[in-house]
Amino acid sequence: MINKEVTQQTYLEESHKVNELWRIWRIFIGRGVVLFGIIVITILILTALFAPLLAPYDPYDQKLEDMLLSPSKEHLLGTDALGRDILSRIIYGSRNSLMVGIVALGIAATLGMIMGLAAGYFGGWVQLFIMRFIDALMSFPMILLALVFASLLGGGLRNVMIALGISLLPGYARIMCGQVLSVKENDYILAEHSLGASNLRVMLRHILPNCFPPLIVLVTLQMGAAILAEAGLSFLGIGIEPPGAAWGAMVNDGYHYLITNPILSFAPGMAIMLVVFSFNMVGDGLRDALDPRLRGVI
Amino acid sequence: MTTFIIRRLIQSIFVLIIVTIIVFTAIRLLPGDPILMIISQSELSEITPEEIQRLRHQYGLDRPLMVQYFDWLLNVVQGDFGDSIVLNEPVIKEISRRFPITLHLSLLSLFISIMIGIPTGIISAIRRGKWADTAVTILANLGITIPVFWLGIMMIYFFSLYLGWLPVYGYTSPFVDFSKSIRQLIMPVICLSIFSVASLSRQTRSSMLEVMRQDYIRTAWSKGLAERYVIFKHALKNGLIPIVTLLGLSLSHIIGGSVLIETVFNIPGLGRMAVNAVFAQDYSVVQGFTFLIAVFVLFINLVVDITYGWLDPRIRYG
Repeated sequence: MINKEVTQQTYLEESHKVNELWRIWRIFIGRGVVLFGIIVITILILTALFAPLLAPYDPYDQKLEDMLLSPSKEHLLGTDALGRDILSRIIYGSRNSLMVGIVALGIAATLGMIMGLAAGYFGGWVQLFIMRFIDALMSFPMILLALVFASLLGGGLRNVMIALGISLLPGYARIMCGQVLSVKENDYILAEHSLGASNLRVMLRHILPNCFPPLIVLVTLQMGAAILAEAGLSFLGIGIEPPGAAWGAMVNDGYHYLITNPILSFAPGMAIMLVVFSFNMVGDGLRDALDPRLRGVI
Repeated sequence: MTTFIIRRLIQSIFVLIIVTIIVFTAIRLLPGDPILMIISQSELSEITPEEIQRLRHQYGLDRPLMVQYFDWLLNVVQGDFGDSIVLNEPVIKEISRRFPITLHLSLLSLFISIMIGIPTGIISAIRRGKWADTAVTILANLGITIPVFWLGIMMIYFFSLYLGWLPVYGYTSPFVDFSKSIRQLIMPVICLSIFSVASLSRQTRSSMLEVMRQDYIRTAWSKGLAERYVIFKHALKNGLIPIVTLLGLSLSHIIGGSVLIETVFNIPGLGRMAVNAVFAQDYSVVQGFTFLIAVFVLFINLVVDITYGWLDPRIRYG
């Protein structure tokens, strides 16, 4: 009798869990734009991975006799001032955008989470100092902070990733701190403490997993911001060194030939937009699907 | 309220101190000897080590870092950011020449962001699911996506080169030639404000939708109030409070964008100066500029937060 009840309860819990996941998945995938975003991001990742196979030409191969060609069957998007195939350069540029985005967000999320976790968990002076430091970082506009850091460290790609990582960090620290402050009031944290668990164990095993959903949303939403900021920096000439292909730098290269070959600027800009749009839409979808307050509304 | 303002003020001063430490140490993290920034390359070859030592002493670079920091701070408080190595004149002079231009562009963009972003967000929320909502949502999603420097270039191509309606680039003070100034400003201001318009619109929409779900709105409807009362008296007042805090962030974003837009449109403002200084490795300029922008953003955030506390007592006493 008792056993039966228990089984039934477990069954109900299980099915509730499945239902919850199914609900999240349904909301997430239910929107056309989210699906579109997922497809674009998948294509982007595949393009970045298999760039050498996909690109019709060598993106670095300069053929001066083919310079500034209009789009044709041979060169779908034309060629730049050095006779390099634009389509191939856009394909290779996807590697740059994706890599900068992933590494910068990795740095931002890791550092931000550590800072937020420490601030929220220990409170008091630790919190005061860390959060004011975050406020100070936030008072520098992101692209400016990245520009200054990149100029101080030198303009290479690695430094751009570090610079963007630092300038994107405040969001993670703030969300993490807020989450920790609310999660640590729960009874199960008190129970864990009374069982003699160490601070580190409580933080990593019990608090951190509870903070993941909003952080995952932030990572997805900021992927677009990171790619956009990298494009801005490479437009200014900071980041990947020539002849490497970066979308922002390609827009700038094309700017000089705007009258005769507007497609030189147009095409890489569209690539940036498509990718950033996709990440934003997927991020929005994730946020709405995971938001417990929206349960029952959508 | 006074306690709230004082508390917030102390907090800002604390943040400001951290900002000065960041700006000061960032420059010191530079690889290489700071004395080499003072001595030009040509002088370097004919200078003896003793001479360098003497110069180092003269500029106070041989003293403890803490002492140097307070010295620097004392100068900064008096508006002395050192000299630009490129222009050979005080940094503050160049900044004060360019600051009005960026301020003009930024405030205009912020104003436009508020005037377009907030109303469209409200319309979108109260007409949820209708065509107006769909249109606003699509445009807002595009607005937060578009690379502004690219938008600027495409606008130059279309409106200046193709249609010939607007001047390609440049900046004229409105006090010198008003109509020319307006014509030159249209494209840069659109580029600078598009992100803020879109993000304000999105945030207003979601904040309004959040408020519209509250019990007191249901009460307002159920006691038979007219739509305009429910929306303007009950929903809007509460829905707009969180938007106030976003204004500081919007301004920060606009100033950040000016780095790109002033480059695209060749506008002689602070953003353009920052880019030039970064490339010329003119660190006094970079330092002065970064510091002033951070102070400006901090100040705006302080004003915004005080307004927020004034609008929402829960913040004041929280």
